[in-house]
Amino acid sequence: MQVLQAFIWDPLVFIFSDFQFFLTILIGGLLNGFMYSLVALGFVLIFKASGVFNFAQGAMVLFAALTFVGLLEMGWPMWLAFIATVGVMVLLAYLVERLVLSKLVNQPPITLFMATIGIAYFLDGFGQTIWGSEVKPLDVGIPRGGFEIGQVYITEFELVAAATSGVLVAVLAVFFQKTRIGRALRAVADDHQAAMSVGISLRTIWVIVWSVAGIVALVAGIMWGGKLGVQFSLVLVALKALPVLILGGFTSIPGAIIGGLIIGAGENIAEVFWSGALGGGVQDWFAYVLALGFLVFRPQGLFGEKIIERI
Amino acid sequence: MIYRDAGQFKTSYASDQAILPISQDRWFMLGLLFLAFVVIPLIGSDYWLSTILVPFLVFSLAAIGLNILTGYAGLVSLGTGGFMACGAFAAYKITTAFPELNIVLVFLSSGVIAAGVGILFGLPSLRIKGFYLAVATLAAQFFLVWMFNKFPWFTNYSPSGVISAPPRAIWGDVIVTGATATPHARYLFALGMVVILALMAKNMVRANIGREWMAVRDMDIAAEIIGIPMLRTKLLAFAVSSFYCGVAGAAWAFIYTGSVEALAFDINRSFQVLFMVIIGGLGSILGCFLGAAFIVLLPIFISNVPGILGVNVAVDLVSHVEFMILGILILFFLIVEPHGLARLWQIAKEKLRLWPFPH
Repeated sequence: MQVLQAFIWDPLVFIFSDFQFFLTILIGGLLNGFMYSLVALGFVLIFKASGVFNFAQGAMVLFAALTFVGLLEMGWPMWLAFIATVGVMVLLAYLVERLVLSKLVNQPPITLFMATIGIAYFLDGFGQTIWGSEVKPLDVGIPRGGFEIGQVYITEFELVAAATSGVLVAVLAVFFQKTRIGRALRAVADDHQAAMSVGISLRTIWVIVWSVAGIVALVAGIMWGGKLGVQFSLVLVALKALPVLILGGFTSIPGAIIGGLIIGAGENIAEVFWSGALGGGVQDWFAYVLALGFLVFRPQGLFGEKIIERI
Repeated sequence: MIYRDAGQFKTSYASDQAILPISQDRWFMLGLLFLAFVVIPLIGSDYWLSTILVPFLVFSLAAIGLNILTGYAGLVSLGTGGFMACGAFAAYKITTAFPELNIVLVFLSSGVIAAGVGILFGLPSLRIKGFYLAVATLAAQFFLVWMFNKFPWFTNYSPSGVISAPPRAIWGDVIVTGATATPHARYLFALGMVVILALMAKNMVRANIGREWMAVRDMDIAAEIIGIPMLRTKLLAFAVSSFYCGVAGAAWAFIYTGSVEALAFDINRSFQVLFMVIIGGLGSILGCFLGAAFIVLLPIFISNVPGILGVNVAVDLVSHVEFMILGILILFFLIVEPHGLARLWQIAKEKLRLWPFPH
C-alpha cells in the first residue's frame, strides 16, 4: 500500500496541486528530448542507408565538437571553423568507408557493429589526444536567458536547440524526398542488391550518408557542448540516444523525434516525481526501462517497419 | 611431424566423444594445466599473480558467460557489467549474513542469484532480437548499477558505498578471499574455479542444450519450427550466462580487488568483456581465454612501452593513446580475422598437421 502511494498517489497529488510546475517539467523534458533526437538522427541515417548500427555516433559527436572548439580556440572565425569541421567529418566518412566498411562487406551485422565500436574507441582517443581532455566551454552566441509563458519557464537555449533539430529534420526530409542523391539513398536502404543492379554506387552512398551523419553529429555536438561544455561525457549522451532510437524505430526519422520527446519528457517527470519513492538518479536508467517496456509491446519500435521473417 | 593423428583409432564411443580426441592435444593440455597449477605458483612473483593472472582468470570467466549468450545463443548483450555486479553484491550479502558458509557455496549461490536476475532481464528476448535486444540489455546494465549504488542495504550501510571482501577460508585456515589472502592462494583458488567452470561450459555447449542454442543463433524461427522451445532455450542461455558472469563478478570483488564499488561494473566493463569475446572468437570457449589474455595484457603492455623506450609521456595521454590503439586493433582483427584468435589457433593446428610437407 505504501509503495503504491509513493509511486502513484503522491505524484498524482503533486501534479494536480501544482500544475504549473508539472508543465514546466514537461516542457523542459520535451525540449531536452529534442536534443536527444539530434543525436539519434545520426544513428537512424546510417542504419537506414547501410543497415549498420553505428555505435560510433556518440564518438563522432564528441570528435566533431572537440574539433570545432579546438579550431575556435586557435582563433579561427566561427564560420570558417564550422566549414573546416564539416570538411573533417567528410574526410572521416571517406576514411571509414575506405579503410573499414569496404573491407567488411558481407559480414554479419554484429561484426559491423563491433567495428563501429572500434571506430568509437579510436575517435575518443584520437580526439582527446589532439585536443586535450579538459572540459571546454563552447559559446556560439545562443542566448542564455529564459522567459515565462503563463508561469511556465522556458530557457531560450533549449528553444534554439529544439528549433535547430526541427530545421535539421525538415532539411533532411527534403534531402531524402526531393534530391537525386536522396532517392538513391532510399533505394539503397530498401534493397542493397537491387540498388546496385540499377547502377547506384554503394560506396559513394555510404560516404555520403556517413558524411551527413557526421554533420548531424557536429550540430548535435555544438548543441550539447553549448549546454554541458565539450567533454568526454558527451559520449554518455549518445548512449541516452539509444533508447530514443529503439522507441522510435531504427529506420524512422520522425520516430527519432517522437522517441526523443517521449524519452525526454518521461525522464524529467520520473526524476522529479519518483525520486521520492526511488531515491535520486532515476534519470540514469529510466529511459532504458521505458524503452524496454515499449519494446515488449511493439518489437519494431513505434514507427519502425514491420519485421517480417521468412525461412 | 609431431602433430599427427594418424594411427590414433577411436575404438569406443567415449573416445569418439572426447573433448581432445588427439593424444598430442591431451598432453599439451596436461602440460598447460601443470604449468598453471604447479610451475606458475612456484616461479610467479606476487605482482604477476595478483595484477595479471588473477584478473585474466576473472575476465575469462566473464567472457565465457557472455560467449554462451552472444556466441552460442546469438543474443547480443551489453549488460554483462550489471550481472557481474549482481554476483559481487550477492556474494557480499550472503557471506556477511552467513559467515560460516563455505566460500565455494557463497560463490555458487551468488551465481544462482545473478542467474535469476538474468532470467528476469532476458524475458524481453522472447519478443525482440538483434540490436533492439542489445539496447534493451543496457536497461539491465544501468538499472542494476544504479540500484547497488543507491540502496545502502546492499553495501551493509557502508558510508562510502564500497564493499570490502571479508577474509574467508576454503578449508581449515587457507584464506582465499579478501585483502589478507596471499596472492598464491587467491590465484590457485581462482584457477581451480575457472578450470572447473570452463570444463562445464565446454561440455554444455557440446551437449543437447548447446546445440539448441546454436540452432537459435543461426535462425530462431527455423529452430522453433523443428521443435526447440524458445522460452526455455533463450531463458536458459540468459540464466547460464548470468551465472558465469555473476561468479566472475563475485571473484572480481573477492579475489581480485578485495574491495569494490558498484561503479566498477559500469558500461565500460561490459564493453571490455564484449571485446574479449569478439577478439577471442564468438562461439569458442578457448577464444574466451585468448581474448581475455589479450585485453588484460594490452593496456599493461601499452602503458609500459614509453618506460621501456625511455620516453616520458603524460599519464592521460597514455590512456588516450591506449584507447586509440585498442580501437585500431579491434578493427584490425575484425578485418583480418572476423572469427577471432580462436580461429587463428585452429588454422595454426591445421598447418601444423601438414608440416613440414604441405603437399
